[in-house]
Amino acid sequence: MPVILWTDAMIYLLLATVVAAALWIRKRPHLALPWQRVAKSSVGMVSLLLLSLFVLVGLIDTMHYRVALPEKSNGQTVYSVEVLSVFDAFAQGIKSRTEKTYSAPLAAYLYAKESMETLEGKIRRDYPRLRYGGAHLADPQRELLGDVLKRTGIGALEGLLIGVLLIVVSNMLFHFFVKLRAVWSSTGLEISKDNWISTFTRAMKNKPLRALLITALLIAMLLGITVNLAAVYHVLGTDKVGQDVLYLALKSIRTGLVIGTVTTLVMLPFALLFGIAAGYLRGWVDDAIQYLYTVLSSIPSVLLIAAAVLMMQVYIEMHPEWFETSAARADLRLLFLCLILGVTSWTGLCRLLRGETLKLRELEYIQAAQAFGVSSSRILTRHIVPNVMHIVLIAVVMDFSSLVLAEAVLSYVGVGVDPSTMSFGTLINSARLEMGREPMVWWTLAAAFGFMLVLVLAANLFADAVRDAFDPRLNRA
Amino acid sequence: MKSDSSLNQLSSLTSSPSEIERGEFILNVDGLVTCLNNGARIVDDISFRIKQGETFALLGESGCGKSMTALSLMRLLPDGIRVASGDIKLEEEDILALPEYAMRKIRGGQMAMIFQEPGLSLNPVMTVGDQIAEVLTLHQPMRSKEVHLRCIELLEQVGISDAPRRASEYPFQLSGGMKQRVMIAMAMAGQPKLLIADEPTTALDVTIQAQVLKLLRDTQQKTGMALLLITHDLGVVAQMAHQVGVMYAGQIIEQASRDQLFARPAHPYTQKLFAALPDAGRSGQPLAAIPGNVPPLGAPRIACRFAPRCDKAWALCHEQVPEWTQLENGQGVRCHLYTSQKGSEKLNLETSRFFDSSTANGVGEEGKGAALLQVENLQVHFPIRKGILQRTVGHVKAVDGVSINIPEGRTLALVGESGCGKTTVGKALLQLITPTAGSVRFAGYELMGMSAKQLRKHRAGMQMIFQDPYASLNPKMRVAEILQEGMDALSIAKNSDERQRRIDELLEQVGLEKASKWRYPHEFSGGQRQRIAIARVLAVNPNLLICDEPTSALDVSVQAQILNLLKSLQQQLKLSYLFISHNLAVVEYLAHEVYVMYLGRIVERGTVQEVLHAPRHPYTQALLSAVPRIDGQGMKIIRLPGETPSPSHPPQGCHFHTRCAQAMAECREVYPSETIISATHRVHCYLAAK
Repeated sequence: MPVILWTDAMIYLLLATVVAAALWIRKRPHLALPWQRVAKSSVGMVSLLLLSLFVLVGLIDTMHYRVALPEKSNGQTVYSVEVLSVFDAFAQGIKSRTEKTYSAPLAAYLYAKESMETLEGKIRRDYPRLRYGGAHLADPQRELLGDVLKRTGIGALEGLLIGVLLIVVSNMLFHFFVKLRAVWSSTGLEISKDNWISTFTRAMKNKPLRALLITALLIAMLLGITVNLAAVYHVLGTDKVGQDVLYLALKSIRTGLVIGTVTTLVMLPFALLFGIAAGYLRGWVDDAIQYLYTVLSSIPSVLLIAAAVLMMQVYIEMHPEWFETSAARADLRLLFLCLILGVTSWTGLCRLLRGETLKLRELEYIQAAQAFGVSSSRILTRHIVPNVMHIVLIAVVMDFSSLVLAEAVLSYVGVGVDPSTMSFGTLINSARLEMGREPMVWWTLAAAFGFMLVLVLAANLFADAVRDAFDPRLNRA
Repeated sequence: MKSDSSLNQLSSLTSSPSEIERGEFILNVDGLVTCLNNGARIVDDISFRIKQGETFALLGESGCGKSMTALSLMRLLPDGIRVASGDIKLEEEDILALPEYAMRKIRGGQMAMIFQEPGLSLNPVMTVGDQIAEVLTLHQPMRSKEVHLRCIELLEQVGISDAPRRASEYPFQLSGGMKQRVMIAMAMAGQPKLLIADEPTTALDVTIQAQVLKLLRDTQQKTGMALLLITHDLGVVAQMAHQVGVMYAGQIIEQASRDQLFARPAHPYTQKLFAALPDAGRSGQPLAAIPGNVPPLGAPRIACRFAPRCDKAWALCHEQVPEWTQLENGQGVRCHLYTSQKGSEKLNLETSRFFDSSTANGVGEEGKGAALLQVENLQVHFPIRKGILQRTVGHVKAVDGVSINIPEGRTLALVGESGCGKTTVGKALLQLITPTAGSVRFAGYELMGMSAKQLRKHRAGMQMIFQDPYASLNPKMRVAEILQEGMDALSIAKNSDERQRRIDELLEQVGLEKASKWRYPHEFSGGQRQRIAIARVLAVNPNLLICDEPTSALDVSVQAQILNLLKSLQQQLKLSYLFISHNLAVVEYLAHEVYVMYLGRIVERGTVQEVLHAPRHPYTQALLSAVPRIDGQGMKIIRLPGETPSPSHPPQGCHFHTRCAQAMAECREVYPSETIISATHRVHCYLAAK
């Protein structure tokens, strides 16, 4: 049975908006032009590729369902209380292979010594073998390195082959469509007689396409290696209760994306509306908004969020009948966290936008519009908003990373996401004890760090490319 | 005072700037080439020499490489631009071969530079004295007491009164003219042999400009330094220069002594530049605008760069780069007219035409229409608020009782220095700034106190053209959208087809291609942008255009195009203009009536003839005399001491008495009432009343 949680609905809505906007822009050449410029930037395209991989994982993880149980009651199907996602089904392997406790990446032994009974009946303290990691090896001490290298090599080769195959297929498809279009539009254009290889060589002369190709192949190799190793090892080790860290990190992506995007969606209207209204209208509107955000930003936001989250938590616990599953409850908590973060974090951007609007409103094109008697709301939407969009874009992407971090901090204090929700915050939070332990457990933090770094860096670089493409001054004909 | 001479009229030069003995060549530039890293040449093969005590002026429009030449001399080129070849010798020193540490000694010590914007070239958090001291200690070992004394001495030299106090002040406490004086003092601190002045007076008012130019001349006379003056203003060149190099698209296309150049400009571009200057003598006919724009940097160099805009060009000009030619009288020029057989034939035909500058006076068409705009006693006061409760403690009287009357189809010019309130008048008329008191009657309707909704009905009649074409068009909107905005707001055209047709029509009217409507403003040059701005206001069929310095941000050749356009639009559409300007030559060319404004009030008004040729108010007289004329010093300069007082505390009595040389006792007590001199000429001055 498919399940749509609240945040799922928000994500679908966002996706629908993006698709609709893309279709709308496609028909308007002057709006599509800057995006074509993005397509010409190597950095932009490479970061977009990385970003879309993250988004893909997040989207697969968003499609939730409940499994039908085999037994039926009164002829009606009974569903399991556990809400799974399509991603869980894909990652069934690494999800179910839980160990006893910590194990290092690609290890065959546990990370803690245990008392074991030997064949002779003696008690010996040693590192026990893992239940799943490297279980196929007879003597891990000798065979482990060779096996890992072998699997890495095979994985890389497989990934490369699949990557090349995909590229060839997509290139042929592209070639086919181009031909189809040339046939359809029978405007007497010479139908290209060249085969798909020449289409490929022509595409390779294009620098961003070349960069994209190389990145795609590298990613394909990396994926091949990971898939190959993950089949028998814990690529990023296991955590305290023996869960695979790679699985946890991949599940965290959705939480990160939700926090980053939904919060931004909540924050943006406040910041944009209040910021430009205060800057443009001045007078008492400006005074009121300024007092509001000064007051709001002088309250420690952690305090405000903690109060709101705790209140909400109590409220949720008083109404357990509202929630069919624990996942629904955890999800509502995530949504509320986004709302609260959104309500408290608009002040910075608002102040920035107010300042920029103060500058813009004195410009002569605004005065020219005033002289035509253009209404204030129209001046705001037609003249001010497009000219502050670059600030919004940059601030939103910068906020994205800080919001993911804020979630980590809040989870640390205990007012973040539900403990059952996997997130970078909970990963980092658990690392608090692990880093202090001897010998140190570093891989949880490293995994969260690595994934967050790539995600935020890709988002930053992409936003940079977009901003450059939209700046008319940088794109003189 | 010569009453018949117009401001920019070409006539024989009578006197020349300060004749002092000139010695050896100090600066020797030979074949200087400066280019971008991609190879585009910004400065292309420039050679010139400057003698000791001599002023060499580099004249040219924006983007022709003047400033880059100066920065190449100082070796201060921005990143990505470098000197590719050439030779720069300061005395015997090879500037380009020096290591950077030796170059630091040269800068400030041998060669100093002052920049266009004095407000930006001083450090706002250091006192003026400290900044000068910094230069002093760099170049001469001195004890701190000596340094302080020398600072004050330098400030006194550049004519700053009360120098010891000023030395301990911060730049924000000084006015624009004083800041530029401080800059000159700083430049003089190292006792340089060569001073490079990059548009030193462009950001200043004419009366202040006159002060600064005089200071530069006096300093040069005292120290005997060489001066490299970079400017776009022919008037400044006429006052200051001994030698002139005319630059175009990175090259010096003509080089001559000042007298030769002004008597007989050789290159067609220079001739056009003179012809493009507006003045009353030509006000009946269109100005000789140079079509097109200055070519972009690094354009291909296979032909004469001016050929596409030159009306004397023939096939050769489009094929071959002209060589540098030295004429018999020492004048140098880069033009095929002087090298080839065909050229000299053409030349003989052309030369005679250049000198008969017709003096037909076109202002004559009187026949006043009905009054379109009547302004009575307009006041705009901005409250000064202080304290926690923001209580009003005073008022800045930006506009203080201005009355204006504009008939249909006429041009009224409002002139005055910056800060006198002329732009505020324009905005208050449009109700962009709510006036404090007074009456604005437009086409029979009183605009004051009208609600926003009612006002919208009358918006279409009165529109504004702004000063800066770069700030007046929304960079995120395409031309069609910009033009459509007013039509949408005032519901001019019914459906979108009709609007599009109207847009095409408007673009044609202002001389732009139809295809340009789908482009963004940044794809256009300054002059083209101003055309778009004009098309935007024409879209709503106005009767009155308020032009706020519409050409001051444009080059001379482009300015002429815009002035021609405004003039022809007036004839076609019977428009009235309120022309706000500080450029008296433009006013003289375009206006029928002139109002002179000082500190929020009109001090003199009348027809162009009356006000500009027989001014009665001492302020108008000073303003007129401060305009540098291209015929040298036509009249004695009346130097105005000091700066415009603050409008928050205007002086008691006549506002002008603090700067007026002829002030009398009664001037200090009561503001003079209006004195009627003729039917149209009125003035607020006790001198005229007598």
